[in-house]
Amino acid sequence: MPQSLIRLSDVHKQYETVGAPPVPVLHGISLDILPGEFVCLMGQSGSGKSTLMNILGCLDIPTRGQYVLDGQSVAGLSPDELAGIRNRRLGFVFQGFNLLKRMTALDNVALPMIYSGLSRDEASRVARDKLGMMGLAAFADRLPNQLSGGQQQRVAIARALVMSPAVLLADEPTGNLDTATSEEIMRLIQGLNRDDSITVVLVTHEQDIARYGKRLIRLKDGHIIFDGSVTQGLSERGAA
Amino acid sequence: MRAPQVVQEALRALSTNRLRTSLTMLGVIIGVSAVVIMMGVGRGAQSLVNQSISSMGSNLLVVFPGSQTSGGIRFGAGAAQTLTLSDAAAATSVTGVIRVAPIVMRSFQLGYGNTNWSAMVTGVTPDYFPTRSWDPEEGDLFSEADLRSNARIAVIGQTTARQLFGDEQPIGKTMRIRNLPFTVIGILSRKGQSLDGRDQDDVVFIPLTTARQQLIRSTFPGSINLLFVQVASSELMNSAEAELTDLLRVRHRIAPGQENDFTVRNLTAIAQTAAIAAGAMAILLGAIAGVSLLVGGIGIMNIMLVSVTERTREIGIRMAIGARQRDILRQFLIEAVAICLAGGAVGVTLGLAGAWLIASLSGLLVEISISSIALAFGFSAAIGIFFGWYPAAKASRLRPVEALRIE
Repeated sequence: MPQSLIRLSDVHKQYETVGAPPVPVLHGISLDILPGEFVCLMGQSGSGKSTLMNILGCLDIPTRGQYVLDGQSVAGLSPDELAGIRNRRLGFVFQGFNLLKRMTALDNVALPMIYSGLSRDEASRVARDKLGMMGLAAFADRLPNQLSGGQQQRVAIARALVMSPAVLLADEPTGNLDTATSEEIMRLIQGLNRDDSITVVLVTHEQDIARYGKRLIRLKDGHIIFDGSVTQGLSERGAA
Repeated sequence: MRAPQVVQEALRALSTNRLRTSLTMLGVIIGVSAVVIMMGVGRGAQSLVNQSISSMGSNLLVVFPGSQTSGGIRFGAGAAQTLTLSDAAAATSVTGVIRVAPIVMRSFQLGYGNTNWSAMVTGVTPDYFPTRSWDPEEGDLFSEADLRSNARIAVIGQTTARQLFGDEQPIGKTMRIRNLPFTVIGILSRKGQSLDGRDQDDVVFIPLTTARQQLIRSTFPGSINLLFVQVASSELMNSAEAELTDLLRVRHRIAPGQENDFTVRNLTAIAQTAAIAAGAMAILLGAIAGVSLLVGGIGIMNIMLVSVTERTREIGIRMAIGARQRDILRQFLIEAVAICLAGGAVGVTLGLAGAWLIASLSGLLVEISISSIALAFGFSAAIGIFFGWYPAAKASRLRPVEALRIE
């Protein structure tokens, strides 16, 4: 059996607010994701899927439980060590693209490499290559607001992949896009998973989007209520 | 992240909001230029005082004859004729004394051709000139031989020369003092105003002997109006003052417990008081300017805090793609420092222009030194770091999840 890329063991998360009782969001999530998988996380709002995504993305830390990413335990790491993991091991794609408005597409893609300590010249060169692979070579010097939604999301994907991360984390990547562009982006992500063996974890609430994945995990009230193949998960749901 | 990138990022961020950046900078500009101007004015006043002090002559004791009481009426200091040439001669024996200069003086009407002018005429010995730091600008000072021969010669100050001779060259010309002819042999270099505002260049010096015998006759033999005593060093001033007082008390046969019939003043001490006052003014001016720089700094902090709040999402995105806390800290800190340094540069330029304007409009002596510019500049960078730190630290401590949640 291959080594897990992501292993969550009994992960709990509760939000503490001053003057109010803690709000539990995740109740003991255990999960293994293998290299090369394409996992879709589904669930209604409040199900805890975003929280789980944040924990997977090392943007947040579990209240209790273990998270081992690519053989390294994430618990107890300092904020700067977590930043290093986000920089080198994880790539993020968000619903709102989250490109830096004042920077050109090229600079946006170069930024993770600059944070890793590369020189501006070298980072720009790699970023230009990556944009070329996404078919955006001609748009490298444009600002995000001069690009269409689909182009912006492709810039974001280029930025997510530029450090060759272990996992691509996509949080509703098509939420702001029309159907045709959504399909284009999903085919791109699917291709990255199939051809380049990039592990993908994707949060969505749309069945049509989830169909591009291989494995489906459904969350409800902080528990995993389904974990299986996409075809099985979607048809079961459809039958119910 | 490497250093050049950080600076580049900061400049990019600042240039996107130009109006805000320049308004923030304005606080620093005003503060820095105020520091440059105020320090210039303060230093100018100080060096004016120092100039006056050095023009007075260094380490000087001055002895005034005391008051006189006649029939129950007390006259003021200097009224009595108790100070004599022999007191002056005796004063040379006091430890540390290097020169004594007895003088007699009175105001006379002066004349040259059909011009006339009134000035203080002072009878002095040749030692008087080095004692009071007088140097000839043109011509000569007089000598012991002139003193012995009761020569009718005069050395005059520049104001007197101008008033009496106009554009003419006074040296070799004959002027009248109370209708007695005197040959002008020298013109003194300019001293400017004294600490009390008198024009020190409106003077006429003649040999003491000539003055005593031909112009200022006194019923008291050997009496003088003032005695200047120069001491070798400032450390010896106090002991020399005490020794001179004792000596004069013995010479004037003043019984213990009786009041002195003379007054010894330490001119250096008076000058030091003036210097301290000028120094205090310089510090006060600097402090006022410092407050305006401080206010500018608080303005920076305010704007940086707003900026951090506004850019929370940007900070979140940067953190998500791998910015460490120190990357964020440096980014905001450098923005604050860049504002301060740019503001500092403009402020120094404006300050120099302002100082020049004040100097040319008011005639005040404004002295700008490299060190005050460096101080203003360094201070503004320090303000940037100090007031930029808190907003920058606040930004760097944001938690990525929360930062990303803000729209």
